[in-house]
Amino acid sequence: MVVESGFSSPRNDAFPAGLRVLVVDDDPTWLKILEKMLKKCSYEVTTCCLAREALNLLRERKDGYDIVISDVNMPDMNGFKLLEHVGLEMDLPVIMMSVDGETSRVMKGVQHGACDYLLKPIRMKELRNIWQHVFRKKIHEVRDIESLEGIESIQITRTGSDLFDDGHLVGGEDTTSVRKRKDAENKHDDKDLSDPSSTKKARVVWTVDLHQKFVKAVNQIGFDKVGPKKILDLMNVPWLTRENVASHLQKYRLYLSRLQKESDSKNSFIGMKHSDPPSKDSAASFGLHNSMNVIQDDVSNDTSCFSVNNLLAQNVDLKGHEGNRKGTTSVPVSEHKGALPVDIPDPHAAKSLEISFDHSLGSVDSGINFASFNSTNAAQNSWSEIPEIQFKQECESLLENGFNQLPLPGSQHHMRTEYLQPAASISSGPSITEKVASSSRIGVKPLYDGYRRNHVKHLSPTEAVELFPVQSKNQTLNNQVFEPISVTTSSMKCQDVSLNCLTDLEFGQRNLNGGVGIPLASLTGDLQVCWLQGDCYAMNFGPQDFECTEYNDPAEIPFHLYDAPRFDHEHLSDSTEYSAIDQGLFA
Amino acid sequence: MERNPMRRQLAVMRQSLFDQGYLDEQFVQLEELQDDANPNFVEEVVTLYYRDSARLILNVEQALERKPFDFNKLDGYMHQFKGSSSSIGAKKVKAESTLFREYCKSGNGEGCMRTFQQLKKEYATLRKKLEAYFQVPIIFQFFSLSTLLNMCF
Repeated sequence: MVVESGFSSPRNDAFPAGLRVLVVDDDPTWLKILEKMLKKCSYEVTTCCLAREALNLLRERKDGYDIVISDVNMPDMNGFKLLEHVGLEMDLPVIMMSVDGETSRVMKGVQHGACDYLLKPIRMKELRNIWQHVFRKKIHEVRDIESLEGIESIQITRTGSDLFDDGHLVGGEDTTSVRKRKDAENKHDDKDLSDPSSTKKARVVWTVDLHQKFVKAVNQIGFDKVGPKKILDLMNVPWLTRENVASHLQKYRLYLSRLQKESDSKNSFIGMKHSDPPSKDSAASFGLHNSMNVIQDDVSNDTSCFSVNNLLAQNVDLKGHEGNRKGTTSVPVSEHKGALPVDIPDPHAAKSLEISFDHSLGSVDSGINFASFNSTNAAQNSWSEIPEIQFKQECESLLENGFNQLPLPGSQHHMRTEYLQPAASISSGPSITEKVASSSRIGVKPLYDGYRRNHVKHLSPTEAVELFPVQSKNQTLNNQVFEPISVTTSSMKCQDVSLNCLTDLEFGQRNLNGGVGIPLASLTGDLQVCWLQGDCYAMNFGPQDFECTEYNDPAEIPFHLYDAPRFDHEHLSDSTEYSAIDQGLFA
Repeated sequence: MERNPMRRQLAVMRQSLFDQGYLDEQFVQLEELQDDANPNFVEEVVTLYYRDSARLILNVEQALERKPFDFNKLDGYMHQFKGSSSSIGAKKVKAESTLFREYCKSGNGEGCMRTFQQLKKEYATLRKKLEAYFQVPIIFQFFSLSTLLNMCF
């Protein structure tokens, strides 16, 4: 569990100075001006002009920023969507800006969770005050967690801002005696404040596991009758507080309402979903849990899934973005601070993966969905920013459409984590080593790049193939492999994306079984990349029935693929609906 | 009152820019941001503005060549342009872009075209004045020849 030391950093002595601000605006002039203004406020500024880039930055350094300021109108992504993502994934305060001050827009901003809405031209004095949003949020979080910061902060704020100069405000390492915050619920001491006298304030990180419990509880109670207390009781997580659950529920609701609003056709998904044989679901979920457990066991307790994801994401992203092919998926893993096991997974682990994979085959369908979503979306928007966001949205929508087992926002992380770990394990696995490594490498890059390139059009199978060789210049193996594979792809709607994935998948398969299977690592690598990038085309493995059946080979398909909504193979044919949903989602 | 005639002249120039409504308060904000760390901040920002907004002008230009007008698109471009123009306090330019957007919303193509011509004029005039003020030509890129000619002043 990540422990967020709110202000216990070099800047804690002079809060709000040193506030870490991330500014997102496609207008370079404004970016320059805002940067200068914020610097004048003694804040630490990071700028970026693309929403996707911003999300990457935020994910890479989960606790690297205190507040995000974003423009509403951006080419790659709607500012409101970015806002939602940030709120759900990182739980940071977000300020929106726009030259358009229409009440409806402002209202929309607030609805999506913006803690403020600034009108351009922005004055410096408006920026000077943004720290209050950070502060307010910290206070709310602190209430849930044993800490003395909140008390002090509140007291100090009451007495006036000049107290900030004292330096022992929030996060001061010195701090007074430890006063346990009274709170009826238990605090997770073990998770955050290891040193009672430290002023570390832990932010509740909604891990995959936790969110799963949450969703399970919600579904058990019945979404209409749900309430934070009920959920908390059902979840049975001792250190979690009612406030944690309440705020998480709020976000969850926001997502659900947006998704429901955006697409009625989703109901058909739900219908389809419900038609899944219960046994399959339970088996899948079992497999899911099984594999999850396997994975989770490997992760050291004090490393959050998110950070694992981030690291890998960071590495992978770097690879993808920079076209740097030197690493395999195992590389980032090994670089990781030990969250991922570098050991070879024992047969049991592989087994569990297999099991989950088998059962989660259904979720392969989600690949289609994602693919369609992604491709459609990509067509609508610039490519680089879409995949991740879309993927998440799709995941969320699919997830909340009935795949109770899977956490909503957490799912992505969940999946990522799992992807990372298997990849790591597998890469270092005895049987797979080099092959896997190279496969992963191959899988990762081409998929990602291929996906990127595919955004605007539907590629024919040949095109898809060509993409790979182009991208993975260093990987002759890759090229060789992809060529034969490419053709098989699909009649699926979202061919471009699915093509890439399928190609990779097949490729992987062949590598593993001398032509039949996909090295788990490569698959995971692909998946990892896909997931990390937010691309769903990893999911595209599923689209075609025959593909799916091929992957029935155990250990060939990363189970984490199926953490995502588990669709039946039957769903494969419903790509139309997916496209519709996609349109709806990303309208 | 500046003893230095050159500086005096600049001060007069600057004041007239405000008095005549070419610039607004935002420009002062930029000036206040200028410091030892960024001694040419205002000039840099203005240059950046003209460079980036040229692209937007071009977009509008091209969109106006396609009939029938896609008012949504035009409005979108102009929204961006307006936001950009607000960054340096280009008052008159901003006013024209607001008017343009009004015409877009009401689907008045003729109004759009007229306003756009006026906007380009103001845009060019301001640049000329700022160039004189900074005493450096504001280099902008990404202009098509036609746009350049259109904006010749």
